[in-house]
Parts: sequence; structure tokens; C-alpha cells
Amino acid sequence: MGKRVLLIEDEPNIIEAIGFILSRDGWTVYTHQDGHTAMAKVLALPPDMIILDVMLPGRSGFEILRELRSTDVTKDIPVMMLTARGQEKDRDLALRLGANHFMTKPFSNSDVRDYVRAMMDA
Amino acid sequence: MKPPAKPPVFLERASYRQRRLGDAGRFLPVLGAVLWLIPLLWASDGPETPSKAGMVTYIFVIWLVLIGLAAVLSRLLPDTDQPSDDTRR
Amino acid sequence: MVSFNILILVSLSYVAVLFWVAFLAERRAATGRANWLRSPVIYTLSLSIYCTAWTFYGAVGYAARSGLEFVTIYLGPTLVMVGWWWVLRRLVRIGRAQRITSIADLISSRFGKSRLLGVIVTLIAVVAATPYIALQIQSVTLSLAVFAEHEGAFWTDGDFARAAMWFAGGLAVFTILFGTRNLDANERHHGIVMAIAVEAVVKLFALVAVGVFVVWGLGGGAAQMMARIDAANLDLWDQSGSRWVGLIFVSAAAFICLPRMFQVMVVENDDESHLRVASWAFPAYLLAMSLFVVPIAVMGLELMPAGSNPDLFVLTLPLSQGANGLAMLSFLGGFSSATSMVIVATIALATMVSNHIVVPLWFALQDDQQGALPGDVRQLTLLARRLSIAGVLALGFIYYRLSGGGTALAAIGLISFAGSAQVLPALIGGIFWRGATRPAAAAGLLTGLVVWLWTMFLPSFGPGAVIPAAVFADGPFGIGWLRPEALFGIGGIDPLVHGILWSMLLNAVVFVGVSLVTFPSPLERLQGAQFVNVFDHSAGTRTWSRPVADAEDLLLMSQRIIGRTEAQRIFAREAARQGTPGRLPKATPDFIARLERELGGSVGAATAHAMIGQLTGGSGVSVEDLIAVADEAAQILEYSNRLEAKSAEQEATARALRDANAKLTALSIQKDAFLSQISHELRTPMTSIRSFSEILRDGGLSAEDHSRYAGIILDESIRLSRLLDDLLDLSVLENGQVVLRPQTGRLSALLDRAIAAAGLHERNLTILRDRDAEDIEITADLDRLVQVFINLISNAAKYCDAKNPALTIRISRAKGQHRIDFLDNGIGIAAQNQELIFEKFSRLADESKAGGAGLGLAICREIMRRLQGDIIYLRGTSGTAFRVTLPMVSEPVAS
Repeated sequence: MGKRVLLIEDEPNIIEAIGFILSRDGWTVYTHQDGHTAMAKVLALPPDMIILDVMLPGRSGFEILRELRSTDVTKDIPVMMLTARGQEKDRDLALRLGANHFMTKPFSNSDVRDYVRAMMDA
Repeated sequence: MKPPAKPPVFLERASYRQRRLGDAGRFLPVLGAVLWLIPLLWASDGPETPSKAGMVTYIFVIWLVLIGLAAVLSRLLPDTDQPSDDTRR
Repeated sequence: MVSFNILILVSLSYVAVLFWVAFLAERRAATGRANWLRSPVIYTLSLSIYCTAWTFYGAVGYAARSGLEFVTIYLGPTLVMVGWWWVLRRLVRIGRAQRITSIADLISSRFGKSRLLGVIVTLIAVVAATPYIALQIQSVTLSLAVFAEHEGAFWTDGDFARAAMWFAGGLAVFTILFGTRNLDANERHHGIVMAIAVEAVVKLFALVAVGVFVVWGLGGGAAQMMARIDAANLDLWDQSGSRWVGLIFVSAAAFICLPRMFQVMVVENDDESHLRVASWAFPAYLLAMSLFVVPIAVMGLELMPAGSNPDLFVLTLPLSQGANGLAMLSFLGGFSSATSMVIVATIALATMVSNHIVVPLWFALQDDQQGALPGDVRQLTLLARRLSIAGVLALGFIYYRLSGGGTALAAIGLISFAGSAQVLPALIGGIFWRGATRPAAAAGLLTGLVVWLWTMFLPSFGPGAVIPAAVFADGPFGIGWLRPEALFGIGGIDPLVHGILWSMLLNAVVFVGVSLVTFPSPLERLQGAQFVNVFDHSAGTRTWSRPVADAEDLLLMSQRIIGRTEAQRIFAREAARQGTPGRLPKATPDFIARLERELGGSVGAATAHAMIGQLTGGSGVSVEDLIAVADEAAQILEYSNRLEAKSAEQEATARALRDANAKLTALSIQKDAFLSQISHELRTPMTSIRSFSEILRDGGLSAEDHSRYAGIILDESIRLSRLLDDLLDLSVLENGQVVLRPQTGRLSALLDRAIAAAGLHERNLTILRDRDAEDIEITADLDRLVQVFINLISNAAKYCDAKNPALTIRISRAKGQHRIDFLDNGIGIAAQNQELIFEKFSRLADESKAGGAGLGLAICREIMRRLQGDIIYLRGTSGTAFRVTLPMVSEPVAS
């Protein structure tokens, strides 16, 4: 059983795609679609790594990231932010809030795979 | 915008199994209720009446069986957080 | 010998430990180190508040009087728990998805956020729970008196009153301290849950310890115990079958409907998966609590002097055998059972009373006086909550004093259960049946309440106490079939079963019957759909009519930034500007922009923009970004061209993407402001397309997966190209580049054309028209007008969710204008969104549907304004309704 990746994202097809890419690479992928309850899900697992979308129903990915980083148990979990907006200031905000990596949609599958591998090794 | 995919008529083996497990989860309380109604059939006073200790034992054994079945089912039933549960039949 | 003072000291230290546990848990939760606070074990233990002092002491007494019947109270909940997949899972999911705060909130919210229903359920809950709280107070004072008596001091009535007062007062302090520390949006109380989990362990341990002592210490082992049970002078099985069935049913129903159970099971639930463990662990807890009840009863009857109160065997049996330490432990067990029940019940009731009665009342009064500001809601709610806690406990105390304790009170446990169970039909109907309506829920609840009061609650005070003895014998005003214990002249049933049967039956029949003949309001239907289809909805598709930023969220954020007074001033001014003084203003784009400027004044424009952006979800994108998007589209095209297998779907995909790319390039040249909002909309389908294209390219898939993934690619490309079509159209219209070609034609012919082109063949939409009224001449750009009609008709086909969708087209004229109304029989659009739907998609929450619904109406509005008419949302109809207006005599186009 591979390490656990939690994917917080609300588009069903994108969930399916990333789930496919990562489980083929040996990770165990958990998914969650709602921003409000995401934090509870993280605490319940907790995963070895989180992939976090910015625009979520209920609560923005940045808010969640901020809470992740200010909570003891989760502050060291690697987080990769995912966004369809792809603006420079979003990237700055994400990195300033403590994201380990920032990726814009659309992404290349191999990039996702490689970054997840790299972050898990680190 | 994405039109809901029509559910297929036949399911893969795995999802078929999961849905039947859901049925089992729904059936369990019915089973328990029926078994616990059996005492109504006991004759209230007569040679056929079970002993008092027997009555108590019967109720508690059924109870244990239900707990055991529920424990097994709770492990097997699909994760409710996964979208594979009810949306993708 | 247990000194009474030592007992008091031990109790106080125990309470101090509970305070400490609750405090520690709160602090850990606050710092986020709350992992173990959220474990399934804690969740399971918190459910044990079902086992109150009535269980701890009363079960043995019940068994000593009525044999095995006591066990029904635990069999019902066991059946509910092992059947969690059916009802509880759904309840918990709904509770979380809808942020439900209490059972009254659930019912009110399901039936269109009805205030009336919230009040009714709250009333039922308070009436049913008050005697139960009194019962807990009684059990604690009685058990204290046992110790006093053991020391030779016989308590007077004054002693009882004093003890009860201290107990109720202490609980009020504890509950207010930990129950209203913060106004968590989720209404979760980690400290209290932790404390009741500890109490759950204490009471189980205590009862099992007494049981072990009785079986192995007094009874001589398990085998001998069985023999003693057989020989005991105790009828284990003498109840009627109807009581057995009725009590299992009513305890199962109460387990779901009791406000305190709903509080721990749904409101305090941190993770749905905890239910999974609790499904078997909680029945196991119940079994352990019941296991030694019969042995203790049997030994008690054997050893205790005749006439001793069997309700106190758990305490008096160890005391009489000189096992004083055990008696002390047993006392703590009973104390734990009583306190944990009272605390949770009080919190649950106080939440309901304050949210559904006090706060709305306060607002209503406030509106009359000045009608300006929402005031400081937070402080108000906290205060209301605290007062309600004190009020509920005071009610329990008063009831205890008035009823004078005694056995009348003990009998009321089951009656209280039956009262709470009156919510069941509305609850189950509400979460499984979309046809249930608000008037039906109200009628059913009131019927159940009245029948319950008449047949169970009032008679429980005894003949002559509330209901005169003559009424018991002959019915009110001599109407025989209304006798409280023989409704409809059917007597001879056990009074309890009689009450349960009639109250539940009439309640359910009225509820279903009224549902069938009434019609739900749009909001009700929306809520109904969300509740009943909770498992479909929570998988991602959210209602498309919710704005991303609620005015409430904006207000909260503004208060954080610029202070309460200032924020409220801005909002009040905006409300006045929008013509709705005294209410929260609508979060229109204009207002959001203005607010951003205001906030920018204190925290800087960038921060303000970022914060607003987080709430509204939309953010500016430059044209360069757009060009980058176009490049990416080209890349995707390349990928899909390289797909090895050439199924038909992939051909179509490649074609769609080629077109998309061309349009996108054209678009990026139009440097229009609104284009900045589309990046997200475009990139989302692109992401799926690109990712699945790569997956297909890499190969190694089963044929089934292969075609499914290709299907996703096709769906997403259609979504993408449709979006691009709309964008292009809208941008052309907005730039005024469109050349109108006025023609003259018959309206009926135009509608014929639109209906034919709307693509209805796959949907069953009935269209109701009035051919005579349509027989008018219209001069305008007819092609554009038909485009608007097509849009409205196909929207109705797509979104009307009625069982037999129908669209009515109504023609009228007024003020020199033709009016063409399109009314469907669907669920309608929430009032706050009726203006927003004409905005370009960025304002609607549901991104995934934006491609379909987001631009069509914006285009329609643009076209109609070009044609010197307009399109508006028609208020006051039950379904979705649009009105297209067109001048009768077309002026020459100004520009």
C-alpha cells in the first residue's frame, strides 16, 4: 500500500484523471470535494501529502492552506496547489502561505506524477 | 454542463458486490427486528415455555450476532466519501 | 460506612476532573491538536448519553417490575445503529452538507426554511424533554438521600429541594461555560463531548463493576446465577406482545428524534466514517449496559428487604453488603449518567430555543423600532443561548418540584420518548420523499402533539390532576369516542401502546395526506431535492443558483477588517441604496466593487482584492493569460492528434478542439473586459481533455476504460466549444459590431421556428401556447429574436425538474409593448439570484454548470436591449419565468 495522497478538488473529471495518474503510480488516493469540510477530512486521515484546488465550493483553497499551516498536526504535510487561474499573484500568495508547489491547469500528467514523487521523497 | 452519464445496465463485478453489500446493510435491522419478535411466539405459561435464563440468553445471543454482523459489514461497506458510492453506480 | 461528607467531596472532585477534561479538550481543539478528540471511539462514547440515570438506576427497577421488557429500550436503538446505512448515514450527510444545528433546524430547513416548523419542533422538544430532565434531577437527589439515610439522617422535603437546586445550578454553570464558549458555525463542542465520553466510561465501568460483584461476589458465578434467575420470583415475560413491539418501535424512533441524540449523532459529528465504527460499537455498549440488569434485579429481590425501592438496587445492594467503595463508584456512575444527559439535552434545547424563538423574536421587535442595523448578532445569540440554558434547567427543576418526585415521574420516561418521536414522520418523510410539504409537516406535527398531549402526557399526572376523572370515564363533554385512554371507542389496549399507536398513526396519515393535496413553494422544492438527493449532490454538483459570496460572508469579513460599526454602516447604506433598508444588501457586482474600495482604504487595495477574491471566487485575468490559454489549446490539439486509436469519438474530439482553437485565437484579439473572467471556465474542461488524452496516449487500458475516457474527452470538448461559441457571440454583441436586419413576421411562425430548433426531441417538454394571441406582426431582427426564444425554450427543457415538465408561452401587451412570457412548472430561481442569472457566469457558484447556463441569458439580455426591448425575470410565479418585451413600433436604431 503506497503513501496516502489527499486530493481536494471539486471537478469530477479532474478528480478521476489525477486519481488515475497517481494510483497507477502506486499512491493511495483519497478525494474530497467540499471546501468547508476539507480540514476535518485532513485531520481524520491525515494524508502524507495534499493536492489542493484553489476554487472550491464552500471555502477557498488558500483559506484551507492557511489553516493547514497553522495547525500543528498538519503544518508539515506537503501541499501542492492547483489552480485554473494561473496568475502570478496567486502563485505568490500560495507560496507565501506555505504551499510546497504550485501548478496551473491544464497540467501535464507526467508533471503531476514527478512533483508528487519529488515531494514525497523530500 | 457535463450531461450525467447514463448508468450502465450491467455493473462490473466489484461495484455489483458493493451494491449488494449496501443491501445487506439495509437488511440487517430487518433481520434483527424479526429475530427479536420471535419471543412473541413463546407460550406465556406452560410446559413449552423456555426457561427464564433461556429467554435472557436468547435475547443477548441475537444481540451479539447483530453486533458481529454489523462490525463485519462496517468494514466492507464502501467509503461514503468516495464518489464511487452513489453517483457512479 | 461512607461518610456523607466524603461522598460530597468525591462528587465535587469528580466534577472538577470533568471541568479539567473539558477545558483541556477545548484548548487542544483550539490549537488544532485535536486528532484524538475526533476519533470514532469518542464519537461512540458520546452516543452513550442515550443511557441516562433512567437506565443506570431505572433499568434494574424496570426489570424487577416488568421482567425482560426493560430491554426493549436498548433493542430499538441497536436496530437503528446496525441499520446506519439506511437512515443515519443519510441524516449525518445532510446535517453536514446543510450545516444543520439541531433537529428543529433540520425540519425547518427541509421544508423551505420555515420559521413556524422550527417553533413547533422546538416546542415539542421542550415539552417532551422537561420531565426527562426532572427525572435526572430526581435520580441524583434520591441517590444522595440513600447515602444520607445510610448515615442515619432522613431527608426532609427541604433537603431534597436544596440538593436539587444545587445540582441544577451547578449543571447550568458547567453547560454555560463549555456550551457557549464560542459560536462555532458548526455548533461543535469538543470540551463537552470529551467530558461526556469520560462519563460514558465511568458509568459503564460502574454498572459492570456492580454486576460483577453481584454475579461473582454474591451470586456464586455465572452458572449459579442462571439457576437463580430461573428460580427467581420474577415474571420475566408477562408483557403483552403489543407492548414489546410498541416499545421497540418508540425507542428506535426516539433514538433518532431526541434532540440530545441528534446533537451528538449529527451536529457534533466530525467525520462520517465515525458512524461506521459506532454502528457496531454502540450496540456493544448498550449490550454491556444491559447485561447485568437482570442478575442485579434478581439478587436485589432476593437479598433486600421486601418493599425496598428496586430503582435503587444498584446503589443499595452494595451498601447493604458493606461494599462501600463500590457503592461510591455506583453513585458516580449514576451521577455521570444524569449529568451528561442533562448537559447535552440542555445545549440541544437551548440551541433550538435561541435560534428558532428568541433570536427571530428579537429581530422582529427590532425591525419595528428602528429597522436599520442587524446589530451585534454574535453577542445576541450567545446571550440568548445562555438564557435558554438557564431557562431549560429551571423548567426541569420546577417540574421536579411540582410533580413532587415519586413514581409518577419515573413512568414519564417512555411518555417523553413518545413525545419526541412525533418528529419522526416529518423527519423520515423529509429526507426520503420529495413530495413532503411544509403544511403537511406542520399539520402532522401538530396532530401528533395534540394526540400525544391528550392521550399520554396529560393523563400521566393521574385522573383528576389535569384531566378530570369524569373525562377519563365519559370523554370531554360526554363525547365517548374522545376518552383519552380509549380514542374512537377502542378501549382495552395498554394505555401506552394506545397513545403511541394513535399519535403516530394520525400524525403520519395527516402528514402524508396533506402532502398529497398541497403544493410546495419553490424554496421548499429546492431544499427537498437537496435533502432527498444528498448523495448525488454532495458529489460535486451544487445548486446553480447560489452566489459565491453571501452578503453575510462579506459582512463578517468586513467586520474583521474595519470593525463592526464601520462595516455595518457601509452595509446599511448599501441596503438603503438597493431599496431594502433593514436587511442585508444583495451582493451585486457593483456593491462588491464598492466594498472592495472601502476595505482597500484600511488594508490596502491588494489585500482587499485578494480577500474579496477569495469570497467571490472570481479574479481578473489579463489578455496575456488568455493568449496563453489559446496556446495550451493548441497543445491539447496536438496531443489528441497523436492518439493512436481512431475511434469515432476521438475524431469528433479532434475536430471540436481544432474549432475551439480557432475561436480562442479570434477571441483573444477582442480585448474585452469581461474576457478576464473566463480563464477558469476554459481551463477546467481543458484540464480534463489534456489529462485524459495523455492517459489514452500512454495506452494499456481496458477497452471499457478506453471508451469511457474518450467519452469524457468528448463531453468536455463539447462543453469547451459551446462556451467559446457563446463568448464570441456575446463579445460581438457587446462591441456593437452586430448589424441588425429588421424584418417583419408573425410571432406564431417565429415561435414555431424556435421550438423546432430548440432540440426538444430528446426531452419531454410540453409546450402550451395560445395560437390566437400569437397571431400578431412583429418587426425586428427576427433571427436574433428567435435566438432568444430558442435559448429560453432549451433552458426550460434542460433545467425544469418537474415530473412532467411544461412550458407555457403567454402573450400580452401593455404600455406600447408586446410581452412574451415563458413560464415553466419547475422549481424556479431563488429570489436573491434572479438578477444574477443575467450576469456573465462568474457570479454563479456552480462552476461546473457555468458552461451551459452562464452566458445564454447574458446574450439574450444583450440582444433584447439591441432590439430596444428587454428580458427580465418574472417574480411571483412558482416556476422559472422570463418576460421578453418588445416595442410595438420599432424606432430606427439609434447608433
